[in-house]
Amino acid sequence: MKRLTFWLLSTVSVVVLLFGYDASNGATTASPPTSIVSGTSGTTSGTSSKTVTGRVASTQWGPVQVQLVVANGTIARVNVLQYPTGNGKDQEINSYALPILIQETTDQQSASIDMVSGATVTSTGYLQSLQSAIDQAGL
Amino acid sequence: MSTATVATTRYVEHVMGMPVSLALRGRHAGDRYGEAAWARALAVLHEADRVFSTYRADSFVSRLDRGEITVADCPSEVAEVLALGELARVQSHGAFDVRRPGPGDGQVLDPSGVVKGWAVQRAAAAFDALAGTDVCLSAGGDMVCRVAGPDSEPWWIGIEDPHDPSRVVAVVPLRNGALATSALTHRGPHIVDARTGEVPTTVASVTVVAGDLTWADIDATAAFAQGDGALRWLAERPGRTGVVVWGSGEVQTFG
Repeated sequence: MKRLTFWLLSTVSVVVLLFGYDASNGATTASPPTSIVSGTSGTTSGTSSKTVTGRVASTQWGPVQVQLVVANGTIARVNVLQYPTGNGKDQEINSYALPILIQETTDQQSASIDMVSGATVTSTGYLQSLQSAIDQAGL
Repeated sequence: MSTATVATTRYVEHVMGMPVSLALRGRHAGDRYGEAAWARALAVLHEADRVFSTYRADSFVSRLDRGEITVADCPSEVAEVLALGELARVQSHGAFDVRRPGPGDGQVLDPSGVVKGWAVQRAAAAFDALAGTDVCLSAGGDMVCRVAGPDSEPWWIGIEDPHDPSRVVAVVPLRNGALATSALTHRGPHIVDARTGEVPTTVASVTVVAGDLTWADIDATAAFAQGDGALRWLAERPGRTGVVVWGSGEVQTFG
């Protein structure tokens, strides 16, 4: 259990390092993470950035909610606001499912991954919430 | 989902105890024809669950396992699935089996290893009528893909690295076919070698690409169950390609 916890923590820290945790309502994103390929880097005038939050999606493991930072019609960042916590089994599932899906999402603009083989339950809530955020953003 | 080329419409539902995700691109993505096909696909999966679930005491398979009915009393699909399971047992030299040791000297009938891929492949037929539309139907990470024409963009499938889930170990472009992965990462030790009852430890994940999901799923599970022999067995299978990730971290493709 201790080992599992350490592992989870390291996974979470990787997520935070890569994608940040935007607690504000995201007026602008001054320093987008370098790991994300954005199609807007060359634009200097008329830059508009907004943050949209997906609805909370319930899964059998608990609630999942994601937030998008959208710049010039492109996903600039994905934040995971909520994911199921609870017993060790749930955490193990989270630690497998969430990072890969974050990578999947940001890779949309570079590697263009449409679906992941291996990720299961948490991916559902993630995609549900992501979809609702995308709908709000009008992407 | 916004991609560089064509917008993707996504749907997600829970059926048979797992998330089922649909992605559509093209003419019927998001329209009522696409949604009607999704509803038909879900109905196929719900029906399969009603007949085959080992978690439902009133399913045909549960009643069959208890000896209350015979195969002849069941819908014909039960015989079809059991025949597939027997074929898989023979072809995998016994590593794959829909029957496993039960209490005492008895056996438990659990065709789940066949039913999932088989049912999703059947469900995917609901989208055949959607012209000009790309389809990717995934159940818990095992999927059937189809694209509208020879010039259509493939679906890009990321294969999770079982040793580092923050990475994908491979990306597989898939136009028309199926892809299944067997690994112990999400559901714990649910795959055993039916000959020994032991959980393989030398192989970390097996991904199989095949023409249909029934056999992609069976082969991924059967290969995983064979541990050290996984790749050797897969190399002899006709029309399969894929990826094996070993416990050591080594990644090998085949086909």
